[in-house]
Amino acid sequence: MKTPKAAGLTRREIYEAQQRRRSVLVASTSTVLAVVALVVLVPLTPGWDKVKRSFFNADVLVDTFPKLLDAFLINVMIFAWCAPAIAVLGLLIALARDAKSPALFPLRIFGATFTDVFRGVPVILTVYLIGFGIPGLGLPRPWNSPYIWGSLALILTYSAYVAEIFRSGIDSVHHSQRSAALSLGLSERQVMRDVVLPQAVRNVVPAQMNMLIALQKDVSLLSFIGPVEIFRQAGVFKSLTANFTPYVGAAIIFLAVTIPATRYADYLMAKQMKERR
Amino acid sequence: MAKLDLRGVVKRFGDNTVCDGIDLQVDTGDMVCLIGASGAGKSTLLRCINLLEPIEDGAIYLDGEDISVPGLDPQGVRARIGMVFQSYNLFPHMTALENAMLAPRRVLGRSRDDLRPEVEALFTRFGLADRMQNYPDQLSGGQQQRVAIVRALAMRPEVMLFDEITSALDPQLVGEVLDVLLMLKAEGMTMLLATHEMGFARQAADKVCFLKDGKIVEEGPPETLFGSPKHPDTQAFLARALK
Ligand SMILES: Nc1ncnc2c1ncn2[C@@H]1O[C@H](COP(=O)(O)OP(=O)(O)OP(=O)(O)O)[C@@H](O)[C@H]1O
Ligand SMILES: [Mg+2]
Repeated sequence: MKTPKAAGLTRREIYEAQQRRRSVLVASTSTVLAVVALVVLVPLTPGWDKVKRSFFNADVLVDTFPKLLDAFLINVMIFAWCAPAIAVLGLLIALARDAKSPALFPLRIFGATFTDVFRGVPVILTVYLIGFGIPGLGLPRPWNSPYIWGSLALILTYSAYVAEIFRSGIDSVHHSQRSAALSLGLSERQVMRDVVLPQAVRNVVPAQMNMLIALQKDVSLLSFIGPVEIFRQAGVFKSLTANFTPYVGAAIIFLAVTIPATRYADYLMAKQMKERR
Repeated sequence: MAKLDLRGVVKRFGDNTVCDGIDLQVDTGDMVCLIGASGAGKSTLLRCINLLEPIEDGAIYLDGEDISVPGLDPQGVRARIGMVFQSYNLFPHMTALENAMLAPRRVLGRSRDDLRPEVEALFTRFGLADRMQNYPDQLSGGQQQRVAIVRALAMRPEVMLFDEITSALDPQLVGEVLDVLLMLKAEGMTMLLATHEMGFARQAADKVCFLKDGKIVEEGPPETLFGSPKHPDTQAFLARALK
């Protein structure tokens, strides 16, 4: 006997379409309720008018936004030279930690100490210590620039994390790949370079994307040692206008960058999960 | 003189003696099959020959040269001995052609242009001419395994080791891989293989060795070993395997 069909759909397809419509309805209703609650209830709070004036002032936003964008270029610049340095140093540290030859033992110790220290200290502290400490040695210009030493602090800290991610990537390559490569006569180094690393790096791209996003935000920590990047600039405007809206403007700019980047990292991660299965 | 000559090879993992004094000769141009139950030590023996595992005792000679001397650089030996694994182990980030050219380029220092004609000829010979530019995940199991064989052959090895290379394949793909072995045999390749394909061993091997608990219990030409096995363990194993 044939299953009854309506509009060319099977019973199951009709059922699934019903279910889909139901869940869309439920989801949109609850979203609308939540938004209404926010929009209606928050303004009823006693301090709302004050908050609105000092955080969501449209005039202040329009006035300061272009300058904030300019300042954000400094963040982008610092990010642009830190990121490649972190990738290279992180990879070198990862390789140093996995070095097998006894001659390279000091390198292993160095790698392990490096990651322990820089993962163990809050970023802001590293930025302070290096960013104030080294110029404090009385170096001549331009070597006393906070840009250099602040960037170095970020590079050191992030390299430690990035190295650990690379290491997990190296571990994730199945040992049978090593066996196969060795059996062909490749040396340990060649196996690492031609067979293991390319796969390891590919496996950790999504995780490293998340590090980049975190770095983009942490560039703002350099404001504490001098550079007038977006956070510092927003602070200046706050003082000038006696209003917190510039901070909201800065947050908007950050989100405009980090949300797409986060979405993309999640997409890569999901894609990789699917490929693994 | 045997091409490959194993004398009293012992391999242990901790307290577990996996190869327990193995004597085995493989003559030039011969196909020798290792049979035996799971865990008998077949894979481990092959890995020892390719110096992927160090041996505890005994010696392994290739063309009369002791290749098991502790401290010997294994690279030169491995370049002369090809190995193919049960799970193909192709490099997933390279095309089939790049898989096959990597080792000759890196180990023998040959250029892509110089290699290409002969590697392409290998692909063509084993029915893979239109698959060279594919990545491993775009190939069937049988195709991947044939690429793995081509990859090993591209090094022009003197001996080939095969570790149950058809065990991971769907039954209808086994034949295409076994055919490759027959072609190699016809060309005079020296081969040592661990296999569960009793029919194939019986038909194609020059010598069959039955391994149990890390020892060669019985060996001989396939007619004798399959036709009239002498040792009770061999008889029991074959009774189960040929059922
Ligand atoms: N790297 C290792 N470390 C410890 N023990 C191992 C290792 N490799 C193999 N063994 C042990 O050695 C024994 C023989 O294993 P081997 O893989 O050589 O058997 P096999 O004859 O190839 O079996 P199969 O037919 O299942 O492939 C097993 O008991 C196994 O657990
Ligand atoms: Mg095995």
